[in-house]
Amino acid sequence: MTAVPDIEFRGVTKRYGSVTAVSGIDLAVPPSAFVALLGPSGCGKTTCLRMIGGFEQPSEGAVFIRGRDMAGTPPYRRPVNMVFQQYALFPHLDVEDNIAYGLRQTRPRLSSREISLRAGEALAMVRLAGYGRRKIHELSGGQQQRVALARALVNKPAVLLLDEPLAALDKKLRTDMQIELQNLQREIGITFVLVTHDQEEALSMSDFVCVMNGGRIVQLGQPSEIYDEPADLFVADFVGKTNLLSGKVAGHSANLVEVALADGTVIAARERTSLQKGEAVSVSLRPESLSLGAPGSGRLNGIVRNRIFLGSTAEYAIEVGGIGTLLAKADHLIGSGNLFKPGESVAIGFTAGTPLAFPDPKNNGTNQRENKHVETIS
Amino acid sequence: MRSNVLRHNLLTALLLGPATAWLVVFLVLPFVAIGVFSVGERAPEGGYQAAFTLAQYANLPARATAFWNTMVLAPAGALACLFVAYPVAYYLALRAPERWRLILLALVVIPFWTSLLMRTYAWMYVLGGRGIPALLATIGFEDVRLINTPGAVLLGIVYGYLPLMILPIYVSLERLDRRLLEASADLGATPISTFLGVTLRLSLPGVMTGFSLVMILLLGEYLIPTLLGGGKVFFIGNALVDLFLQSRNWPFGSAIAITLVLVSVVVLIVANRISTRLSGARRVDLI
Repeated sequence: MTAVPDIEFRGVTKRYGSVTAVSGIDLAVPPSAFVALLGPSGCGKTTCLRMIGGFEQPSEGAVFIRGRDMAGTPPYRRPVNMVFQQYALFPHLDVEDNIAYGLRQTRPRLSSREISLRAGEALAMVRLAGYGRRKIHELSGGQQQRVALARALVNKPAVLLLDEPLAALDKKLRTDMQIELQNLQREIGITFVLVTHDQEEALSMSDFVCVMNGGRIVQLGQPSEIYDEPADLFVADFVGKTNLLSGKVAGHSANLVEVALADGTVIAARERTSLQKGEAVSVSLRPESLSLGAPGSGRLNGIVRNRIFLGSTAEYAIEVGGIGTLLAKADHLIGSGNLFKPGESVAIGFTAGTPLAFPDPKNNGTNQRENKHVETIS
Repeated sequence: MRSNVLRHNLLTALLLGPATAWLVVFLVLPFVAIGVFSVGERAPEGGYQAAFTLAQYANLPARATAFWNTMVLAPAGALACLFVAYPVAYYLALRAPERWRLILLALVVIPFWTSLLMRTYAWMYVLGGRGIPALLATIGFEDVRLINTPGAVLLGIVYGYLPLMILPIYVSLERLDRRLLEASADLGATPISTFLGVTLRLSLPGVMTGFSLVMILLLGEYLIPTLLGGGKVFFIGNALVDLFLQSRNWPFGSAIAITLVLVSVVVLIVANRISTRLSGARRVDLI
C-alpha cells in the first residue's frame, strides 16, 4: 500500500532569467510527516516552499499536492497554508480578525458564530485564549509567531508550510517553540514542511531532513541518517560539527579505504562512493567520535590548545603537527577530574571505520581544510 | 550642566526661528488681520473701517451660490481625481517594472514644471472651437460644445491636481508589505478580496492625504473655473477676487475667507479621523 504523497515534486526546475534556483528536483513527502528543507541561503529551499504555496511557478516539471497537479492553480485555491517569515500578520486587524481572515474567505460563507467559535479554538490551541482583541503590534515576537500559526492552521490545510518560522525568536523561545511545533504536528497529524538554514532546528524537529545545496537535493533521510551517514562532503560539513582532514587514497583493505594524511599517518575510513588510489579526499571525523588519552596510546598525537568546559561535556581544540587543529568532544563524569589542560600532550584515538572519506577535488592532499568551528574557539 | 541646557535651548531657537518668523509674518499676522477685517465695516469709498459687527457673517447667504458650487465642485473634483489617480498609483507602486518606476514617476511630476496658468490656457485651446470640437466636426459631429461647461472645469481640475493625488497614494502603496498580499492569497482570498481587504485598506492614509490636499486646494480654486468654465460657474475663489479687487468690500471678503478656512480645517480633521480609524486604530478608538 503506497499512500498518495501529500507533496510531490516531479523534475521541478525553477529559473529566474539566467539563474537556476532549483534544478531538477524529485521529492515525495508522505502524509503526516514533518519534513525540513535544510540548506544554506540561496540553495533553493525557499523557492521550493513558494512553489508549493503557489507564489512561484516551476519553469519545468510539476508540483503535486495530494496527487493533484497544481499547475495553474493560484495560491488562494491551494489546500495549503503558510507561516511566513516575520509572520506577515495584518496590522490593521486584531488577533481574532487575523485568525478569522481565512475562514471569512470560504464559500459558501460560514456563519459568524462558527467563525468566532473556530477562531477561539485556534487561539486556545496556541495558548493565546483571551488575546483575541489585542492588536498585532501589542504582541511579543513569540505571541505573533503563535498567531501566525493559528491563522494558518484554523483553515485545516492539507499541508502547513513554515518559512524560517523561528528565525526571529531568541534562543530560549526558539527551543520552546521547537517542542511546541513538534507536539502540534503530532496532535493535528497533517504534514508540516519547514524551511530552515539552521541544521540544529532541522535535526531536532523533523522526521525527514532534505538537505539542499545549489538548487539540488543532496540528501534525504531521517535526522540520524543525515548526521551519521552524510552523503557527501557538503552534508558532512554543513550538518553538525566535524573535523575535515585532507589526504590521499593510499589503498584499500577489506571494505575500508586507507587514507594517507598530510603528515604521513594512514587511517582507515569508510567510503561513500568508491574511491580510486591516489584520489584527493577529505576525511570527516565527528568531534564526539574522538577519544583522548595519554600520549602514545592513540592514532594521532597533539597538544591541547583550548578547553571549553560545557558541564556535561568538554570540548578541546587540539593541535596536531602537520595536520592542523582538531576539535574533540569528551563526556565529563562528575568528580572524575578527567580534564586535560591547555598545553598538555594528548593522544587522539578513534575506532577504525568511524572516519568517513569523501572525494574532494579542491584539496591537493597536503593542506588541511579550514575547520570553521575551530576558529571560533581559538 | 545648566549651560548645556541653555545651549540646547539656544540651538532649538536658532533652528526653529526662521520658520517661526516666516509663519508669524506671512500666516498668523495676515490671518489675524483678516479676522479683524471680518468684524469690521466697509468704508464708504471701499476698503476697511474699524467696527465690531457680525453683519458680514450674517450676510454670508448672499453668496450661497458660490459656496454651494464650491462645496459641490471641491469634493466632486477630489473624488474624480481619486478615481483617476488610484489605478495610476497602484500600477506605479505594485505593477510597474522596477527600472521603469522612477521614469514613470518623473512623467507624473514633470507637468508641474510648467505653470498651471499656461497649462490651463492650453486646455482652453484644446477644448475651444478650434480644438477637439473642430476635429469632431470633420467626422460628422457638429456643434459639440466642450469649453465653458462644468465638464471642462472637472477635466481641468483632474488634470491640474492629479500629481498631488497620485504621489501620496503611491507612497502608501509603495510602503505596503508585499508579503501581506501573499498571506492574504495564501489564506484563500481572491485577488479582489485581497485588494479590498488589504491593499485598499492599508493605502487609506495615502488616499485621505491626497483627498484632503486636493479638496482643500479646490476650496480656494479660482483659475480653472474662470478659464475653462467661462466665469459662468461662480466659486468662492471668484467671489473673493471680486470682493477684494472689484467692489472693495474687504470686511465681507474677509468673513468669507475665514469661513473657508474653518471649512478646510473641518475637512482635515474628518479626513484624519477616518484614515486613522480604518487603517489600524480600530476598536481602540471606540473604547
